Amino acid sequence: MRSFQKRLSEFTARGVHLAAISVDSVEINHGHAQKMGFTFPLLSDADTSVIRRYDVLHRGAGPKNNDIARPAEFCVDANGTVQWVNLTENIAVRARPEQALSVIDSANGGRRD
Amino acid sequence: MKRKWNWPLWFGFVVAVGGLFSYEFFAQFPTTRDFPWVTLLIFGVGAALLVIGLFRAFGRPQLYRGKIFGSVFTTIAFLLFAFFAYGTFYVLRQVPLSAQAPRVGEKAPEFSLPDQNGKLVALADLLSPNGAVLIFYRGHR
Repeated sequence: MRSFQKRLSEFTARGVHLAAISVDSVEINHGHAQKMGFTFPLLSDADTSVIRRYDVLHRGAGPKNNDIARPAEFCVDANGTVQWVNLTENIAVRARPEQALSVIDSANGGRRD
Repeated sequence: MKRKWNWPLWFGFVVAVGGLFSYEFFAQFPTTRDFPWVTLLIFGVGAALLVIGLFRAFGRPQLYRGKIFGSVFTTIAFLLFAFFAYGTFYVLRQVPLSAQAPRVGEKAPEFSLPDQNGKLVALADLLSPNGAVLIFYRGHR
């Protein structure tokens, strides 16, 4: 997520918003955003309802065997249609901003808008 | 005759322990986290030193110390490496299938969740003018 924050201006320039979703509370997200300098929204899905709707729940993987989100990234276009899904096979390997940027650029290039 | 200090055993052990703890640092950067090559390299250097030390201890025991503590060091270092390998090559790969996750071409499910300031943000708010990138992450709790 740090790498996405570093290149946030490139997403903003393309008219694309970033949002990160986890089970963390608003308070934890507030502190975390301040500490890390995150300026995009960190959304709190404490009851995992949205995480389950996206089927990215990792059961019992939290520190107290609580349910958390697995790492996953989605690019969604202006109509709400999914353009790209990244479901890692290794928790340590996450999407890089350049992957999402190239998806956005090829979608826009194709549509010529 | 007093036998010589078998330094590769000590250095190899310290390097191997350092290798395990170095991952906490290198895990911050995608290039050394996606595949932990620096940490594996450090373990490799530690292993080479330990092997050199063991060859000295067992090959020329009248000259070098370390048959017993060298074996103990090497065993501990190997267990640390096994722990690291189990973690990075097995535990980190235990990810759910997410077979029902929205696919390319499908509509992303709508949501409305509070951000870090308590303000509700809906997917619809994020989509204009040109879409959004949603990043699900494990969290810090």
